Amino acid sequence: MLLKRNPDVRASEITPEPWYLRRREFMQLAGSAFAAAAMPFGQTPLSGFKPKVVTTDEALNTFEQITSYNNFYEFGLGKDDPQRYAGKLKTSPWKVKIDGLCAKPADYLLEDLIKPFQLEERIYRLRCVEAWSMVIPWLGIPLSSILKRAEPTAKATFVEFTTLLRPSEMMGQTEASLNWPYVEGLRMDEAMHPLTIMAVGLYGKTLMNQNGAPIRLVVPWKYGFKSIKSVVRIRFVDKQPRTAWNDANPTEYGFYSNVNPQVDHPRWTQARERRIGELLRRPTLMFNGYGDQVASLYSGMDLKRFY
Amino acid sequence: MTRFGKPLVFVLAIAPFGWLVFRGFTNRLSVNPIEDITLTTGIWALRLLLASLAITPLRRITGWNQVIQYRRMLGLFAFFYASVHLLTYVVLDQGLAFEFILPDIVKRPYITAGMTAFVLMVPLALTSTKGWIRRLGRKWQLLHRLVYLSAIAACFHFLWKVKVAIGEPVYYAAALTLLLVFRILWRLRPTPGRQVVQRPASPA
Repeated sequence: MLLKRNPDVRASEITPEPWYLRRREFMQLAGSAFAAAAMPFGQTPLSGFKPKVVTTDEALNTFEQITSYNNFYEFGLGKDDPQRYAGKLKTSPWKVKIDGLCAKPADYLLEDLIKPFQLEERIYRLRCVEAWSMVIPWLGIPLSSILKRAEPTAKATFVEFTTLLRPSEMMGQTEASLNWPYVEGLRMDEAMHPLTIMAVGLYGKTLMNQNGAPIRLVVPWKYGFKSIKSVVRIRFVDKQPRTAWNDANPTEYGFYSNVNPQVDHPRWTQARERRIGELLRRPTLMFNGYGDQVASLYSGMDLKRFY
Repeated sequence: MTRFGKPLVFVLAIAPFGWLVFRGFTNRLSVNPIEDITLTTGIWALRLLLASLAITPLRRITGWNQVIQYRRMLGLFAFFYASVHLLTYVVLDQGLAFEFILPDIVKRPYITAGMTAFVLMVPLALTSTKGWIRRLGRKWQLLHRLVYLSAIAACFHFLWKVKVAIGEPVYYAAALTLLLVFRILWRLRPTPGRQVVQRPASPA
């Protein structure tokens, strides 16, 4: 499998012995974790997750860095706006609709959507289209697990994601910055790729609202804006879906938006990035360093044209 | 007012820089401090540039002629913030990587506009002394009209930099438009020396 070939993972990290020995304890806790997640503010510890399923030897960004510097225009245009205003969003109860071209469409409560699966820790680089980056320890489940349960039909070639539309709690949605609600999309093979996850946690706890609580997409080889936050709908479609940033500025933000140091944003270079916490810029890696796992998805494609 | 006016304006104009330095040394900047320095110095350069351009309209409208004494200081502070802004970009943000900076200036319209705004301010700052005002005479006025171009370039720099052009950059561009339109209207105003010819009243 692709994940097992990941050179960043050491065998010893996949299931450390202490976690294995305490597995029964975790199984019990896992059930209660999401019930407790119904609390309005702050984070609830998550347990029973498989640690470091995908990891890296790069230093993690701190919890403070990850939760105080966000692009989440639903809460304003400033990097500190999400931290300041996202607390107002009620994330419980939270429903996710899965529909479109599939045999088993359903409305799930978040707890029910997650319950059948084992949470995994994935330590991913995140590269923002604005040329900054972080290393983030997400907790989540492979998107493919969720998608397979819905049994997509053969006609389903793309997956469309939608963020909650609730201007009363997401004040940025009262401004015409983007065409609300935020929508994103992936090609079916991108969505089913083992690196693609739906994250529900960060640093061992449930997500903070400013990071896209209670459930968000994470696609580590694409620019950050593809990883849509606070998802309420996942829909199987047979056409490339409309996406929020492509809508706002089609020449600057393509559907694919794979991290690519050779294709500049029209207004700035993508060849380098600033890792938050570092002074000097570092070179940006093709597919954000995940080329070994994902380059084959795009073989034969002109990535300058399909940016 | 005259005695305390200038020190007061000086303190107000340097305060944002002082606050920035204070935040820097007390760990109150965001997790991307270079961006904080860039954005703060950039916005204050633009604010002070617009403030210096607001002096003349303010004087014309209110008849408060002494306000002109603050114009040079505001302009020089705008230049100061713009210089720190540019230095932050070149040294801290780009780490003096001129192989990236030079193509940026040529290829990226928002950086081209920003550089233009800065370069146009340089001769204005250099010739802001009493000596130069005297030496240049009438040409000084002409030269200092470059400030309009500089401010226009600065507004485009801001508009083209953001991902969605709503809010702040639009407000600043609108403020500049207002200040420039005022000058045009002032030129076109009917003056005692240039009476608008009244049409003779038609016989009833």
